[in-house]
Amino acid sequence: MDFCIGIRGNDFVLLCEDMNAAQSIMLHKQDHEKMLDLNDHLLMTRTGNLGDGVQCAEFLQKNIQLYQIRNGYEMRSSAAAHYIRKYLADTLRSREPLEVNLLLGAYDVISNTPQLYYMDYLGSMATAPFCAHGYGAMFATSILDMYYHPGISVDEAIGILNKCIKELKKRLIINFSKFNVKVVDKDGIHKLPTISVEDGIHTH
Amino acid sequence: MSISEYNGSAIVAMAGKDCVALATDTRFGISFKTVSTDFDRVYKMGPRIYMGMAGLVTDMYTVSARLRFRLNLYELRENRPVAPRVFFSMITNLLYERRFGSYFSAPVVAALDPVNGKPLIAAYDCIGDLEVVNDFFADGTSTEQLLGICETLWKPNMDSEELYEVISQCLLNAQDSDALAGWGAQVYIIEKDKVTKKTLKARLD
Repeated sequence: MDFCIGIRGNDFVLLCEDMNAAQSIMLHKQDHEKMLDLNDHLLMTRTGNLGDGVQCAEFLQKNIQLYQIRNGYEMRSSAAAHYIRKYLADTLRSREPLEVNLLLGAYDVISNTPQLYYMDYLGSMATAPFCAHGYGAMFATSILDMYYHPGISVDEAIGILNKCIKELKKRLIINFSKFNVKVVDKDGIHKLPTISVEDGIHTH
Repeated sequence: MSISEYNGSAIVAMAGKDCVALATDTRFGISFKTVSTDFDRVYKMGPRIYMGMAGLVTDMYTVSARLRFRLNLYELRENRPVAPRVFFSMITNLLYERRFGSYFSAPVVAALDPVNGKPLIAAYDCIGDLEVVNDFFADGTSTEQLLGICETLWKPNMDSEELYEVISQCLLNAQDSDALAGWGAQVYIIEKDKVTKKTLKARLD
């Protein structure tokens, strides 16, 4: 029932998630932030089970920070992505699998490239210029296929994001009232204004 | 749909005269949703050994990483690149360790024998049954389509240019009939003196 989307530009990755915290038919909270900074240039958003998501995200965050303490430098984005993938793959065939799908937005400061990783709960991983999880993904991916182009700017990406949100409001049965938006670039992770559906969605 | 058809893939390997070719599709999907259209399924395991992996993508990553680990240790101890037949046995051993609770991914290995330059194609199932074939082998969700067209178009002792044409046509046409594979193709032509990688444009559906 969650939704998250990632868009990669020339020098940034934009991640957006819905802010619903729901379990079955009960909506606990409508301003819940699920996105987590794993390190200065690594941002992770998720869909799936709320409890599994928190355990997984905090565990990964602490281990990635431990790497930095031990070694004196940040874990590189592709190393972190493979580490996270292996963690999901290991839990898959163990006690219980973690029911969490992830999107990892990263900026690799050494090669100066933004990277967006799509990971699902089985431990499959792929890089893509844009991707999304959840029921909303089916709508958002088609809109992105149409409007995305390589070398997109942050403003254009937000414009496309607004188009996706407008479509979700119109055609998806699940009601999302707010969306949390963050950007990763060479200067780190920045929080952008929350998109609130009641205030009206501006597409440009 | 079974678990080995969850992600979708099409892989084919073909032998020629002193050359061998390996071709895969480039779609990564979750059931009916396509996530990525430039997904790499081929791993280089030696100067003339290329391995393509079909089936569940998470197991593709796990098996190839574990294999890479064993291969690296072997090469450090022996101080030389691994011989193809030794590598084939390595894969069998790794997969059979999970006989009950198997990986849902199976490799297709295309290699050139370093001694006599003859093509070697290793075909596996997901628990490590090794068969070395001399003509062609296909795996993934498009296996039936691939086998049909390969049987028709393959002939022995093709040179590398003809082999490239034949394997490309086989893959492109077979994956057109498969909803879960396609969106492009990568073809590796492995010869004694060089390895060529070509990326093909395919039907985008």
